[in-house]
Amino acid sequence: MSKVHIFGDNINTDYIVPGKYLDNSNPDFLATVCMEGYEEGYSKKIKQGDIFIAGENFGCGSSREHAPISIKAAGVSYVIASSFARIFYRNAINIGLPLIELQDASLKVEEGDAIEVQFHKGIIKNLSKNKSYKFKVPPDFIVEIIKKGGMVNYIRMNNLKSLKD
Amino acid sequence: MGMTIIQKIIAKHTNQRDVEVGSIVDISVDKVLVNDVTGPISIKRMSEMGFDKVFDPEKVIFVMDHFTPNSSLDAATHCKFCREFAKNNQIFNFYDSVGIEHVVLHEDGLVAPGEVIIGADSHSCTHGAVGAFATGMGSTDVAVAMATGKIWVKVPETIKVTFKGVLKRPLCGKDLALKMIKSLRADGATYKALEIGGEVIESLPMCDRFTICNMAIETGAKCGIIHPATKDCATFKSDIDAVYDREIVIDVDSLSPQIALPDSPDKVSDIEDIHERVDQVFIGSCTNGRIEDLRAAAQILDGRKVHPDVRLLVTPATLNVFRQAETEGLIKVFLDAGAIIGAPSCGPCFGGHSGVLAKGEVCLSTTNRNFKGRMGDLEAKVYLGSPAVAATTAVNGVISDPREVMNE
Repeated sequence: MSKVHIFGDNINTDYIVPGKYLDNSNPDFLATVCMEGYEEGYSKKIKQGDIFIAGENFGCGSSREHAPISIKAAGVSYVIASSFARIFYRNAINIGLPLIELQDASLKVEEGDAIEVQFHKGIIKNLSKNKSYKFKVPPDFIVEIIKKGGMVNYIRMNNLKSLKD
Repeated sequence: MGMTIIQKIIAKHTNQRDVEVGSIVDISVDKVLVNDVTGPISIKRMSEMGFDKVFDPEKVIFVMDHFTPNSSLDAATHCKFCREFAKNNQIFNFYDSVGIEHVVLHEDGLVAPGEVIIGADSHSCTHGAVGAFATGMGSTDVAVAMATGKIWVKVPETIKVTFKGVLKRPLCGKDLALKMIKSLRADGATYKALEIGGEVIESLPMCDRFTICNMAIETGAKCGIIHPATKDCATFKSDIDAVYDREIVIDVDSLSPQIALPDSPDKVSDIEDIHERVDQVFIGSCTNGRIEDLRAAAQILDGRKVHPDVRLLVTPATLNVFRQAETEGLIKVFLDAGAIIGAPSCGPCFGGHSGVLAKGEVCLSTTNRNFKGRMGDLEAKVYLGSPAVAATTAVNGVISDPREVMNE
């Protein structure tokens, strides 16, 4: 059971980690500025295991990996959105932050709802509303990368010289 | 079934005759690009993955451009880290505080039609202007490319963007880009490629093509691409029976200068509808910091003065642009008008370095993004426009149409 944070459409990387912080890539630091461009001091509201829920195009904007790093380091367990920007999607998978695409995500959950995610089964349960939603589980190799905690471990543990080896 | 230019370039880099849209393939890369923000993470990731050498030093490019000249101790440490890594790896394509990545690459001829360019910067799509498949990725993906020379991609569907009519100066690539983003919206091309063409593009100089492809990412696109002009590049041309996701046609005959309103590059209006005073004007960035952009601005600023309530910041994209602007007398025009000249870099574009905006301030900028807080305080406002609009606005103190000044 996790607490949710509800956001709208087009939550961009400048909201997640403003440019002025990009000269620091330390995850512990980035956790303290998570969503600082959205609302000052926002990171204080985030607790371990919380879930971000958003509308369309979450993570649009720059390629800064600082964005998913800060969300993960702040303790967020899943980001559920109607859709994700392409670079952010890859970045999040690569650092082991699971993303879930769920149509009208931000309309299905309200602030204060208790949510349970069964990632491998493709099911999200809204315990407060007594409803459950199905989502499409990403392709196997993407699930595998997330399971290993990100691309670094995926490559190391498979002893890969390239991704198709 | 025919293929698009993007499918053909990807196919060539997989050693397959053809690739299907939607399939996931491992492709070889021709150039890998990092900067001082993303490079340090890529280097760390490479080492964590167990690689200590890049796959080919000649194909890896480092450009220190975001926090340069270094604005903090952290930034200086990151640049030093990159410098040492490059030395140890004999990476000679190392550009140290001499300009913006997406401009220096072309000045030095490091990208060519038909190539695959992977950059750890979202505006890497700029390089589609030469007919390359160029896309932005994050530091970890780029670490994989740097170490192995390969990366996985999903073969994108393509949206055809056709510009028809006659573009009348002072309108330029920026106005076309903003109009395109308005038509497609901020997520209208997510995961897709934009193939940009039509009679307007065919007669368009490279600088304007760079501006348009640079802003392809603001529609969510994986890349933007323009067919190379030369006949020698026939290999990389979409087939007549290539299949497109859809086509949008934009008529430019009666186009007004386009302005993006806060807080999104897709919130675009004709300049006639905007009435806003400004505190700051910025001319520069990978979108509009080229010599042609400075010429367009100088043409308007020549013999005029920056409005007393406005700060005008001009940042040539690279040292070469700076030198050329000096030779042509443009720098004198800017200084005489009362502008401040910045060192070649990304400058105020991303709010991290210089020209930061205070609460409530308004900036007209030639850059590519105007998200809330992008250039400073969360309550500062950023409008995007062309260099000609920027110069006119700096003189008048309100967002202004350059056509009025030029007809005086």
